[in-house]
Amino acid sequence: MEYAVSILLSGISLGGQFALIAIGYTMVYGILRLINFAHGDVFMVAGLMGIYLSASLPFYISLPLVIVVTVLLGFVIERVAYAPLRSAPRMSVMISAIGVSYLLQNVATYVTGGQPMTYPELPLLYDTVKVAGTPTKWAVLLTPVLVVILVLALTTLINRTKIGMAMRAVSKDFEISRLMGIKINSVISVTFIIGSALAAIGSMLFFTNYQGIYPTVGAMPGLKAFVAAVFGGIGSIPGAVIGALIIGIAETIIKGLPSAWDVSVFSDAFTFALLIVVLVFKPTGLFGEKATDKV
Amino acid sequence: MVNQTKQKKTSWIALLCVAALLLLVIILENLSAWTGVKGILAPTSQLFTVLKKAAVYSLVAVSMNLLNGFTGLFSLGQAGFMLLGAYTYAILTVPAAAKDQVYYLYGGSAIRYSVIDLLGKLFGSSGAGGAVSLILGVLIALICAGLVAALFAWLIGLPVLRLKSDYLAIATLGFAEILRAIFQWQRLGPVTNGANMIKQFPTFTSFNIKNAAGREVLRLSTFVPFLVAAACIFIIVLLINSSYGRAFKAIRDDEIAAEAMGINLFRHKQLAFVISSFFAGVGGALFAMYVANAQAKVYTSTMTYEILLIVVLGGIGSISGSCIATFLYVAASEWWLRFLDVETVLGNGFKVPLLRNGFRMVVFSVIIMIVVLFFRQGIMGDKELPDLLRRRGRQSKSAAAEETEGGHG
Amino acid sequence: MKKSIAWILALVLVLGLTACGGGGSSSSAAGSSDNVVRIGVFEPSTGDSASGGKKETLGMQYANQETSTVNIGGTEYKVELVIVDNGSSTDKAPSAAAELVSKDVSIVLGSYGSGVSIAGGPKFEEAGIPAVGVTCTNPQVTAGNDYYFRICFLDPFQGTVLANFAADKFSATTAYCLGENGNEYDQGLIAFFKQAFEAKGGKVITDSYPTNNNDFTSYLNKAKSEGADVIFTPVSIAYATQILTQASSLGITAPFLGSDTLDDNMVLDAVKGTDIQLFVSTFYQEGGNSAFDEGIKNYINTNDAAKSANGGNDTISAVTAMGYDAYYVALEAMKKAGSVDKADLMAALPGVSYKGVSGDIAFDSTGDAIRDTAFIKTADTASGAWTLETVQKGA
Repeated sequence: MEYAVSILLSGISLGGQFALIAIGYTMVYGILRLINFAHGDVFMVAGLMGIYLSASLPFYISLPLVIVVTVLLGFVIERVAYAPLRSAPRMSVMISAIGVSYLLQNVATYVTGGQPMTYPELPLLYDTVKVAGTPTKWAVLLTPVLVVILVLALTTLINRTKIGMAMRAVSKDFEISRLMGIKINSVISVTFIIGSALAAIGSMLFFTNYQGIYPTVGAMPGLKAFVAAVFGGIGSIPGAVIGALIIGIAETIIKGLPSAWDVSVFSDAFTFALLIVVLVFKPTGLFGEKATDKV
Repeated sequence: MVNQTKQKKTSWIALLCVAALLLLVIILENLSAWTGVKGILAPTSQLFTVLKKAAVYSLVAVSMNLLNGFTGLFSLGQAGFMLLGAYTYAILTVPAAAKDQVYYLYGGSAIRYSVIDLLGKLFGSSGAGGAVSLILGVLIALICAGLVAALFAWLIGLPVLRLKSDYLAIATLGFAEILRAIFQWQRLGPVTNGANMIKQFPTFTSFNIKNAAGREVLRLSTFVPFLVAAACIFIIVLLINSSYGRAFKAIRDDEIAAEAMGINLFRHKQLAFVISSFFAGVGGALFAMYVANAQAKVYTSTMTYEILLIVVLGGIGSISGSCIATFLYVAASEWWLRFLDVETVLGNGFKVPLLRNGFRMVVFSVIIMIVVLFFRQGIMGDKELPDLLRRRGRQSKSAAAEETEGGHG
Repeated sequence: MKKSIAWILALVLVLGLTACGGGGSSSSAAGSSDNVVRIGVFEPSTGDSASGGKKETLGMQYANQETSTVNIGGTEYKVELVIVDNGSSTDKAPSAAAELVSKDVSIVLGSYGSGVSIAGGPKFEEAGIPAVGVTCTNPQVTAGNDYYFRICFLDPFQGTVLANFAADKFSATTAYCLGENGNEYDQGLIAFFKQAFEAKGGKVITDSYPTNNNDFTSYLNKAKSEGADVIFTPVSIAYATQILTQASSLGITAPFLGSDTLDDNMVLDAVKGTDIQLFVSTFYQEGGNSAFDEGIKNYINTNDAAKSANGGNDTISAVTAMGYDAYYVALEAMKKAGSVDKADLMAALPGVSYKGVSGDIAFDSTGDAIRDTAFIKTADTASGAWTLETVQKGA
């Protein structure tokens, strides 16, 4: 029982952290049809910023600053690496995204000297609490709550505000929205800003749980978040969250299966197998709308 | 008609150039031994490391270009197919005598024989017979490596090739990750050696010819990867210039139009995917020979990205571009830019800023970003080397023809 | 216009990131004397094992500073260290090895981490350069490679020592072993541990996590629920720190056993102030040779680069002592060979015997050190220091 609770707790928190990254993926993909490979690395940079800024500043200043810097990074990446390629083939943009990811990882290696870094122990989040006899961190418990709040806020933003309407319009049809007078570039920028801010918040929760940061730490969570976004249905925010939770829980369950079965090494592989199965049998995911092919 | 004879002529010239290049490689590698001068081009020079690695990578890059550049299928599974090739080659060629030691955790391998040993029984295992069985054995193993990769490509292609561009990319990437986990699984240890490397199989240096006293008389360790890569690339070029190649390009340019022209989309995509993976598998086997081991850990998505970036640098849709870019990329990353990683103090005590471990890769990725953003055509665009030469000769001729040639892209 | 602003912003960000870093790394001494002998240092300074590689290099640099020349047949040679980074990864190791070969080194020292040594080995063999492994303990490093020697004990020995220790000290009957999937060092040690522990009548549960895994809580909870008396984690430093911090927040009470890689002050930092019990097997314990201890502490404390390489304090790692010994073994080989030529060194190495700070060093027929001593240390979590638990002899 205690074991089941602990596995479930890990799963939900892992899933919640994937969800925060996945929202960024799904929003960008919904609008630009771009797999933003650099998103996981933005998440990693947010983690590093957390270390460097917290080293000299108190947490109540450094943490908001982390969000600001990450948002700036996301904005700059979009403007420098994606905006000039707006009319280029989709493959070029994706290659540009891979290039940015490569750049961020190499800069991180250079800056950290290649040594793994340790994330600071954030107040409250790092503290331990007991749930049904299982010790766990506050970050684990707070993650799902935070995710729910953020998702509600985001869906309100998208469904109720003007910019949200613009986002929906752009993701429906890029060209027509432009003709209708929507400022495409600012809509895209807002998307990247929201995505990066969520990645920054995600990084705080994730690295409080798993403190080691190395240059490629963002790659795997990034890919898994993308799988979550696909699983939930690209473009759908609740879908991304549910997809991420399912993947997080499934992964911890696989890791937690009896070691005699010797299958725990396939936790990552399972995620990708799931991706292939979903793509082949239900490409629109759980909640995705039937996409009309944009030739 | 005239055009055709002209094309034939250029392909003869190209072939001659390749032959000359191969000869040059042999001469370069043996220069210090033949001239007896120690200072020039010692066989240990970084040049040969670069040449070997670049030869291997150029094959993989061209195989990726066949898919991404010529067929318009964006696949990121290259590392996975290389892994299959590397393991197939290694498993088939580790000498039976070395198996117990290599598979030390599993009490020997489940596959007891090695191709080369079997051939050795046929031709004799020393002297000329040994050479024959080595060459034939390696050749067979290389082909098997390609075939295994192609088989897996066929299987995985059945579902994933129906996906659209970026979904295909992520699905193939995922497939490569799954393969890596499977090959590292301890339960498969007797075949894949689990976490451990497979090693002690014939590598490029095995082809250096030694005399009876054990001294090297002719070094062929750089020539071999060049020869294999050149032969494979030659086959790919033939394929691209065939009717299949034209169908691939039609699919790349417009799937719907191609289908309307009567091209079976799925079959042609599958063909391109399987052939590309075949050569990626051969490339993987060559890579295993280059690093002298096979270990699943190495074949990560980073490797795929690296090869993709090479293809982009060279120009998507240009074979010669991919080859040139590979040599530049490998030479720059392994050799020319190494100084960026070393802290340097100039004569007057001035410490050059920024130079420190890791700076090389930062500079490198900045260069790549600049190419991706501002020189989207890469080095060659979608032209080949002969195109460039021909164009200069024809400059005086009609400008209209020029425009149709260089207009797209 | 807008584009250029964006570019400037990007540049500022990159520079800003760079400025946050700071701290230097390796450098090689430049010398222009005619009689120079180059020793290649094949160590990781980036990646998972960077922390260990830097400390091992530190020992060699200190030794080089202490004895920077060697007298061979009446000629004074200046010894130059050529340091390359093998990136802790088996895919970067061959090209790093090739670089050392191209720099014309006479002998190679390293590496920390067995995987990179195995991957780089063939390049040295090809070039005929002898290599002396410092703390690469996997049997495959020297097996099948005539040119690789090593001065440390091997994993079959280490695994047995730890298994015996687990059985004797904790009367453990169930051991949970966790290693990285696809890492031969981890999996090799686990296999040897398993053999020895099962021979003692114990039960071994083995488990592996995928590379770049972050979440170890599931594994640790599993260890707990499957009733492990000890947890054996022979993993890289980067993973070890994560496993141990996560274990402490889960309140794991079973003692942790670690191999030589865990003897690092980053690991020590991770368990400081926690209730984790950690025992590691290693090559040297501070206090083993007071002259060396004093000298290296002085070196570390007076040299900023050395101090940052050592993790910001002056705790002596066993790997530093081993690096120090390896350097002198190389000099000993040169003296014995009466030459600095790689072929002569290769011929001389098997006959070298040297009394180092970490013990007597001599090679057997495969090139392995003849060693029968392992130190088992425990982490004093209150003060953040290692204390000697026991010295294990023989297998």
